[in-house]
Amino acid sequence: MKKILVLYAHPAQRHSRVNSAMAARAQTLDDITFVDLYAEYPRFKIDVEREQQRLLQHDVIVLQFPMMWYSTPSLLKEWQDLVLEYGFAYGEGGDKLAGKTLALAISTGGSKDAFSTTGYQQHQLPDFLTPLRQTAHLCQLHCLPPYVLFGALSETNDADLNRHVDCYCQYLGGLRDQRLPADSIGTLPYFEAHQLTTLLETGA
Amino acid sequence: MTGVLLQAFIYLMAAVIAVPLAKRLGLGSVLGYLMAGIVIGPLLGFVGDETQEIQHVAEFGVVMMLFLVGLELEPRALWAMRHKLLGLGGLQVALTTAVITALAMALGQVWSISLAIGLVFSLSSTAIVLQSLNEKGWMKTDGGQSSFSVLLFQDIAVIPMLALIPLLALPELQEAAHSAGESHGSEMSLLTGLAGWQAAVVTLAAVAAVVVGGHFLSRPLFQFVALAKLREVFTAAALLLVIGIALLMSLVGLSPALGTFLAGVVLANSEFRHELESDIDPFKGLLLGLFFITVGAGINFDILFANVGTVLSLTITLIAIKAGVLLLLAKVFKLGKSDTWLFALSLAQAGEFGFVLLALTVQNSVIPAALADTLLLVVAFSMLLTPLLFICYEKFLLPRMETEQQSGNDAIPEKAKIIIAGTGRYGQIINRMLLSSGYETVVLDISAETIDRVARFGVQTYYGDAARPDLLHAAGLHEADMLIVAIDDRERTREIVQHARRERPDIHIVARAFDRLDVYKLFQDGANDIIRETFDSAVRAGRSALEGLNMHPFEAEKVVHAFVESDKSAMRQLAEVYDPEIPAHENTAYVELSKRVRDETETAVRSSQSANKGLVDRAWRPPASTDL
Ligand SMILES: Cc1cc2nc3c(=O)[nH]c(=O)nc-3n(C[C@H](O)[C@H](O)[C@H](O)COP(=O)(O)O)c2cc1C
Repeated sequence: MKKILVLYAHPAQRHSRVNSAMAARAQTLDDITFVDLYAEYPRFKIDVEREQQRLLQHDVIVLQFPMMWYSTPSLLKEWQDLVLEYGFAYGEGGDKLAGKTLALAISTGGSKDAFSTTGYQQHQLPDFLTPLRQTAHLCQLHCLPPYVLFGALSETNDADLNRHVDCYCQYLGGLRDQRLPADSIGTLPYFEAHQLTTLLETGA
Repeated sequence: MTGVLLQAFIYLMAAVIAVPLAKRLGLGSVLGYLMAGIVIGPLLGFVGDETQEIQHVAEFGVVMMLFLVGLELEPRALWAMRHKLLGLGGLQVALTTAVITALAMALGQVWSISLAIGLVFSLSSTAIVLQSLNEKGWMKTDGGQSSFSVLLFQDIAVIPMLALIPLLALPELQEAAHSAGESHGSEMSLLTGLAGWQAAVVTLAAVAAVVVGGHFLSRPLFQFVALAKLREVFTAAALLLVIGIALLMSLVGLSPALGTFLAGVVLANSEFRHELESDIDPFKGLLLGLFFITVGAGINFDILFANVGTVLSLTITLIAIKAGVLLLLAKVFKLGKSDTWLFALSLAQAGEFGFVLLALTVQNSVIPAALADTLLLVVAFSMLLTPLLFICYEKFLLPRMETEQQSGNDAIPEKAKIIIAGTGRYGQIINRMLLSSGYETVVLDISAETIDRVARFGVQTYYGDAARPDLLHAAGLHEADMLIVAIDDRERTREIVQHARRERPDIHIVARAFDRLDVYKLFQDGANDIIRETFDSAVRAGRSALEGLNMHPFEAEKVVHAFVESDKSAMRQLAEVYDPEIPAHENTAYVELSKRVRDETETAVRSSQSANKGLVDRAWRPPASTDL
């Protein structure tokens, strides 16, 4: 069994539909550490020591956040800036995260169609995640493709949302219980709820 | 009685007219006093022989000045300048004495007279030089510090000179003196009848008493006095200290100025330093002024007119020789260009010790009285010319050298100077934050008990009422970059802010305010940052309450932000209608507006789905699905 750490970042949970629902359900899962970064550090004063300890104690780090201006919410960026320290995460002696896994759970306002070179967003979704992937690489983290919900604002009806949340929990459980075929996931650019069921079936 | 009053009136009148005039003309206060002396003395004849006696009293101003100089100089700083003191000072005295002695012999004097003249002229005027350096703000420059070292050495060197001069006595003069039946009454001394080694032990013991007593006894004494909370008693204690030490020093035959200087150094780290400074300073100023007046008044015009040529040429030669020796030393000790000139010109005169030594030479039949009278005039004249040399330096030399230097040296930014008034619960926190950020602060507090308490935790604080302008000045208001008023007395806070703003239009003032109304007043008084003492902690308590009610911490943080921001804008609007003449609750405009802004604050904070979005509500709001 792997130890799972979910770092959740959403600065306006009063407006959130998708991520709040995901967070509420994920917190009920057994043997998963769930951290609401904005609740722990409302004044952005991140306890670097404690965050590093947490990373050391877990095997898989899941970053859950809504895409904001093609990046992470600002506190999650602050977290990266402070916690992934030289000598800890990279550089000389900075191999403390080596071999761990980084997983991403992202929701976007933009639709799936928009995220293409010819679409409204002009790039595919993974392009926007290049900084995160390279960060993982430098920290010797194994980075999984993101679990995505496109069109999180308008296109997602309640049934879709429920399925997304359900599958999110299955994904976290799968990571924990090592029921996921890492190889076949790794080749995908990203995956959505409907793909997950198949993945879990082939893995089991 | 009337006689004394009349004299005091004349002296004060002369000073009150001449000094402001001299300052306005850019000549410095010293020249003003000297001129005043010349006018009331030789010119108008208002004062006569008594100037001699008054001068002895006034010399005490020098003693006080050295005490104040000592207060500014920590023992560490004194130790750091020991090379300059001995090297520069020692060489200056030795070389100047040698050159002048040689010249006097060349002019046909016997060697003993020549040596005495050399000694007399080797000394410079501590009073004029330090006063002028301080007035111009040059004390801290390299040149100023070098001058100070030399002066300090001279003060020490006077002591052996006093011992040496009687040995130079000329037999024929001595006989004449004896036949005239003159005998110089010896001063009271602790050393009479003691063997050499005993005298040495007593002398050393006296110095030790000053150092040890200053270190260990002054504190409880001043604490005790401070508890009385009577200003004049503290002043009395300060005077007692200075006079006591001076007395002790003269009893063992040491220079009183040196003794008080030492005491000043010992007390430089004391929490009472600024209070002592502001208490002694006016006395020093008056006495020194008086001293300068007597120098001016003591010039004997009859002798002067009889020998104008000799006196003038001797004075100029003297200044040239002294300046020459100083220039040479400045080269050897590698002073900068402008410092070299400051050093050379500032010390080129003879000094007040010259008067003392000359009197002694006559008493001891070393120099004939007629010659001594001429020499006295040379001393006085050279002192008279010193302010002119300073002006020459400031107006002609400095401007040229400054532009030269600017290209060469990088300006080293001086450390910010910060004064904190009040070290209670409020000021302490500010002070700790500043100290831990590497700033140096001067902290003042009015309560000797508080000072003692915080001293136990290693916080250095000075005793005194920051609302007193002189104390603020002693604490360095004139050169401070920031003043933080952290006392819990609303009226005093306003006084301090008003005074500081008047004195220093450019200083940054952070003030502790009691409430909203206080903020408006302090704003009008000229404070830059005004912080209500309970506002921030109340806001934090409010935030804790919201979190305790299960509001998401980051949402609570947003409420805080929105609340503080809208309160700030409310304050700004209210400050405009606030009228200090009308009590706030009777000011209808104020009452109306405060109701309105309170409502505004509430809508700003509360989430509203209306067009007028609340500050909290609009944060990170995505477009509504209907907008897409
Ligand atoms: C400040 C802000 C910036 C956003 N930037 C993007 C963006 O760059 N790309 C995108 O597809 N969606 C963007 N969105 C939409 C969010 O991704 C979307 O609101 C979120 O995924 C919905 O999840 P939730 O219901 O948990 O809030 C942005 C939203 C906000 C508030």
